[in-house]
Amino acid sequence: MLAVKGLKANVGGKEILRGLDFSVGPGEVHAIMGPNGSGKSTFAHVLSGREGYEVTAGSATFEGQDLLALEPEERAQLGLFLAFQYPVELPGVNNTYFLKAALNSILKARGQPELDAVSFLRLIKEKLKILHLDDSLLKRAVNAGFSGGEKKRNEIFQMALLEPKLAILDETDSGLDIDALRVVADGVNALRSPERSMIVVTHYQRLLDYIQPDHVHVLSKGRIIRSGGKELALELEEKGYGWIDAEGQAA
Amino acid sequence: MTSATAVDDIVGSEYEHGFTTEIASETFPPGLDEGVVRAISARKGEPEFMTEWRLKAYRHWLTMPEPAWAAVHYPKIDFQSISYFSAPKRPEDMPKSLDEIDPVLLDTYNKLGIPLEEQKALAGIAVDAVFDSVSVATTFRKSLAEAGVIFCSISEAVHDYPELIQQHLGSVVPHTDNYYAALNAAVYSDGTFVYVPKGVRCPMELSTYFRINARNTGQFERTLIVAEAGSYVSYLEGCTAPQRDENQLHAAVVELIAMDDAEIKYSTVQNWYPGDAQGKGGIYNFVTKRGDCRGARSKISWTQVETGSAITWKYPSCLLRGDDSIGEFYSVAVTKGRQQADTGTKMIHIGKNTSSTIVSKGISAGEGTQTYRGLVRIGPRAEGARNHTQCDSLLIGDRCSANTFPYIEVKHPSANMEHEATTSKISDDQLFYCRSRGLTEEDAVSMIVNGFCKEVFNELPMEFAVEAQKLLSISLEGAVG
Repeated sequence: MLAVKGLKANVGGKEILRGLDFSVGPGEVHAIMGPNGSGKSTFAHVLSGREGYEVTAGSATFEGQDLLALEPEERAQLGLFLAFQYPVELPGVNNTYFLKAALNSILKARGQPELDAVSFLRLIKEKLKILHLDDSLLKRAVNAGFSGGEKKRNEIFQMALLEPKLAILDETDSGLDIDALRVVADGVNALRSPERSMIVVTHYQRLLDYIQPDHVHVLSKGRIIRSGGKELALELEEKGYGWIDAEGQAA
Repeated sequence: MTSATAVDDIVGSEYEHGFTTEIASETFPPGLDEGVVRAISARKGEPEFMTEWRLKAYRHWLTMPEPAWAAVHYPKIDFQSISYFSAPKRPEDMPKSLDEIDPVLLDTYNKLGIPLEEQKALAGIAVDAVFDSVSVATTFRKSLAEAGVIFCSISEAVHDYPELIQQHLGSVVPHTDNYYAALNAAVYSDGTFVYVPKGVRCPMELSTYFRINARNTGQFERTLIVAEAGSYVSYLEGCTAPQRDENQLHAAVVELIAMDDAEIKYSTVQNWYPGDAQGKGGIYNFVTKRGDCRGARSKISWTQVETGSAITWKYPSCLLRGDDSIGEFYSVAVTKGRQQADTGTKMIHIGKNTSSTIVSKGISAGEGTQTYRGLVRIGPRAEGARNHTQCDSLLIGDRCSANTFPYIEVKHPSANMEHEATTSKISDDQLFYCRSRGLTEEDAVSMIVNGFCKEVFNELPMEFAVEAQKLLSISLEGAVG
């Protein structure tokens, strides 16, 4: 469903991704790990279409489409979702209103009928229940004044509602204490399905105790230098990134 | 005027004439002198007190320098090149069809979903029947008359209620107040008069929309609203559709008077033609609006959404004279293209325990410039006065600008003042966040801007708020990128 080949990208003239190869099949959960500055977040942003990243080589196809040629909203309409490391505050924009506009925009682009207020509310209540979230979330402005944990939960809630085919979770564990982490991870697990693939980008292994990946990849200096099963994450935890880097240099 | 029946009688007889104003079909040649002022008054068949008042204003105006302190730029106005009495245009002088109208304007009408006949009226095309709403107007008139509310043109009021006019006109904005107010007093063309008797809650939102010939009130409009003790009235001015006008300079005066326990809510949506892409042909909107909370526990609330005009220069203000009186100002002002706005409010605390709230939201896009200028003055007798000011500017793009000039004068030690101000840009992060959720950039901008303005829109009457939101989205189309 997602195939990335030889991807190179610059930020501010500096090459961050240096020939990245990566692919995800339907229903698979992939973890991308790596030290700070290895290009994890850059990769997530390039996939979702953020400006300021210059792709210099390579390709990324999603559902057979050239992902890199699409606007961010077109990627979302196609079924891509990015859960932000730092969710953005939209003061004054009601969360429910925002979600309804987003969902309807996606449905419209797919030629499906938009939801009216009543059916939308029904849907939203259902999703809250699945994620065990409180509906006070709905009345507030998008992320405005939310705690770190609330912001991350709101991201997962949006994901539940927009039902993406491929979700990229960018350091969803950062800034969360262990309880908040568990809530978020439970949410993610509740959304796992054979039709939904996920890319979990993380610095630490601990998130993977809760979200069990099918595959683990190690990113270093803009390239995937090691791939394996979930045991790779444990090995990394034990030996640290230095181990991989040293091995990489030796190879 | 103490018994309710007397008022009913007057109101009843008043409405026999309907809402129309007799206007002679003649336009004066350009120029202004005492003769012109007298002639205007004569043409309108005004009583002597009114002629004298106009003349006093004119003589005072002659002694005043043209103000230049606002942060707006425009070529010098030649006051001798303006015609000060113009009857509504005759059909043969008006544009013949929508083909003759700026297509950009038509595009906006269509987006706002304005019916074709009304589009023509707004664009200044001759139409026989502007509104099919005769029955609406009739029902409307009836229920107002039953409540004892007077709602008519100010010219009619000068004839029919001279005592009320003599007592109140110019009592809030005197003819000496400022350059444009003096000019308005001398040559005002027409406007609106509202009188709400004691203890009456006006049964509906009053809007000039219902006054069929209100569109021809000309460039020097005058509005006077008097709310007697314990009464309530909500008045809507303007409309969301962009209006064209041949007169470039608009210098209106609005006076509000609230007696003990009375409340006046005055909402404006101003969307005059801003001119073409170079700002040519746009309206100069230089208005004096002031409310007098004369009675104890009275309340005046201004809400404005300003999206039109080439230049906007206005400060709807409150004189908080009555003890425990309340003044409010909620404003959204948008400048885009080459538009300029210098707007804000004045809250003058005179009585004890008076309180005021100012919420101003300025949005600049394109090469628009915008200035918030506000004065909060706590007088020496205003014990326990409170003010809260919040003044936010939102910039879209990097060629626009926003300034904030808050003036605060406190002469009583017990005053409680709060002032918050922010300037922000719609950030790339916010836009990307919205787009990554499937929203287009334009939808994202409109959502963020509407969120920014929410506190003000909440103050508007319901359907006006919906229209205002829509208007804002349309105003800002293409403002990004």
